Amino acid sequence: MAQAMTSDAHGQSGAHQQHPLKIYFVIWALLFVFSAASYMTDFLEHGFLRWGLILLFMLLKAGFIVAVFMHMAWERLALIWAILGPPVVLLVLIGLMVIEGDYTLLTRLDFFSEPIAPAGHTAEAH
Amino acid sequence: MAHDATLMAADGTLTAADGSLAAAGVQDGGGGWQTVVNDWSSDKQTFRVPWGKAMMWIFLLSDTFIFTCFLTSYMKVRISTPVPWPNPSEVFALEIFGIHMPLILIAIMTFVLITSSGTMALAVNYGYRGDRGRASALMLVTAAFGAVFVGMQAFEWTKLIIDEGVRPWGNPMGAEQFGASFFMITGFHGMHVSAGVIYLVIVAMKVLRGDYERGGGNYEIVEIAGLYWHFVDLVWVFIFAFFYLW
Repeated sequence: MAQAMTSDAHGQSGAHQQHPLKIYFVIWALLFVFSAASYMTDFLEHGFLRWGLILLFMLLKAGFIVAVFMHMAWERLALIWAILGPPVVLLVLIGLMVIEGDYTLLTRLDFFSEPIAPAGHTAEAH
Repeated sequence: MAHDATLMAADGTLTAADGSLAAAGVQDGGGGWQTVVNDWSSDKQTFRVPWGKAMMWIFLLSDTFIFTCFLTSYMKVRISTPVPWPNPSEVFALEIFGIHMPLILIAIMTFVLITSSGTMALAVNYGYRGDRGRASALMLVTAAFGAVFVGMQAFEWTKLIIDEGVRPWGNPMGAEQFGASFFMITGFHGMHVSAGVIYLVIVAMKVLRGDYERGGGNYEIVEIAGLYWHFVDLVWVFIFAFFYLW
């Protein structure tokens, strides 16, 4: 963000995205490291540590690609918010589908599982 | 009379002051949210970037919604099935030189795509420098990595369909929805990579031929093509995390 402000002040935004090559090589190397790290999570047990690390490396990679490779860090805020703002509503969709998915699972377990009969009764008693 | 003249002078000064203030506002507007207000207001051009770049961003935004819908539907069927989900780590494992390596092909595909993103970023840089040779060469290298990626995906699909018997309606390993989710998500992504390879080759040839010299040497098209390519890499980051690793 600080860099975005600087480029605004210099009036560079809207002009060509010309940056030193070094930053691309640094980000490139970081993406390799994060990819290797996220691959290593595959050797962890399924659990909150694994899921957390998967999300962490995923967000770091996505952030660096958008900010540096796609030059979003140097664009004006009007463009940044117009593009990065709307996807926030997708979090609502994801939240709703988690609730819906859980409900569907419970419904299926209820309908498709063997009926639990009280002791001394058989299923035929229904 | 003298009074009038003074008034007019005062008016004139006021207008001039207003004008310079507005001009200053348009220039950088003090940063932060003020720039958003300035850019969206007063019935003028909102995005001060080339129109092609603005439209590519808006296209990518719509593509974000499509891929998120796919990934969300995958999440939903995976949550809601009472049948165990096939373990991707084992499904996509390979025997290389007699060593059993989980998920290795997908890891290699990830590195191939990241490498291609790096060469693409360099191509954009050399494009703006007007170095047509290097820019087009790097774009062709990017396209070649993309083609390698699609080739590996074809291998992956073949192995899954022929050897493992995975179908969109079922598979021997577990939940039936695995195949449908897998073919839809990776298929749509593979289609994006293939389209990107064609797009990059076309732009690279035009750059090499000097088509953009006629417009005064404007190479923003390389950056626009680059935006698409980086987005394809970006989508893979999410597919890798949610489909293969989760």
